[in-house]
Amino acid sequence: MFSEQVGKRSTKVKNVVERGAVKKFAEAIGDFHPIYFDEETGKNSRYQNNIAPPTFPRTFDYGEIEGLNLPDKGLIHGEQTFHYKRPLVIGEELLCYFEVKKYFERKGNFGEMGFLVLESFGEDLTGQMIFSSTSTIVISEAVRKVLTK
Amino acid sequence: MSTLTQLQVGESIKEVQLDPVSRIDLIKYAGASGDFNPIHTIDEEARKAGLPGIIAHGMWTMGNLAKLFTPYFEEGYVQDYSIRFKGMVFLNDVITLKASLKEALDNKLRFQVQAVNQNGREVLKGEVLFSQY
Repeated sequence: MFSEQVGKRSTKVKNVVERGAVKKFAEAIGDFHPIYFDEETGKNSRYQNNIAPPTFPRTFDYGEIEGLNLPDKGLIHGEQTFHYKRPLVIGEELLCYFEVKKYFERKGNFGEMGFLVLESFGEDLTGQMIFSSTSTIVISEAVRKVLTK
Repeated sequence: MSTLTQLQVGESIKEVQLDPVSRIDLIKYAGASGDFNPIHTIDEEARKAGLPGIIAHGMWTMGNLAKLFTPYFEEGYVQDYSIRFKGMVFLNDVITLKASLKEALDNKLRFQVQAVNQNGREVLKGEVLFSQY
């Protein structure tokens, strides 16, 4: 049922790297470095601004793909990657979207496990790619059965 | 200021041991990230999912691990960060974050990174490619 979704892409959503959101996120991962929230430190840095932690894109809205219905329970996060052209800076606007990259099934300890790979992107307003990321989500046979009901 | 340039292949960045994982840590991460899957915050939901108790968001641990590189923001940035989640992190677990230099090619430093719990069990492992300016 996920195989039919491969190649589908969401419509782009504009996201802002918000100062308050970055501060809250940095605190939540226990990274209290001033480069994330102190304006002076940001101004005096090579970025001339504060930046966001590498895993911050987790907070963005990437839009929806019609027909892709993921349950809100029972999923296992298997792998995660991020790729950057440069760090994200506070206040910048990014157009974010995601696509279903691949889906495959493999026999495991808990029956036939499904592996769904989603790839997400963030472009600046000129269309230049600033970051991309992939999430591998593991879906057990039991959860898939519920989904097809 | 310390620098990564002096680091030799095989050497490690000073490891960081986190305070025992608390429920409030995970509630904060849920709020800051928008990931409100209740297995990370509510005992009953975790038990319904067949878990002995709530578990940390994998992304919480992955986010924490990245801070080993934050002090070096003037000399480069994390260009690639890839992680495989290997084990669950429970309440009161004491997680240690590690990074060792595997390879240095031109201005790219490839680190092997991992997070281990108090029993020495790997909960997450992967790579960071640090690109120097």
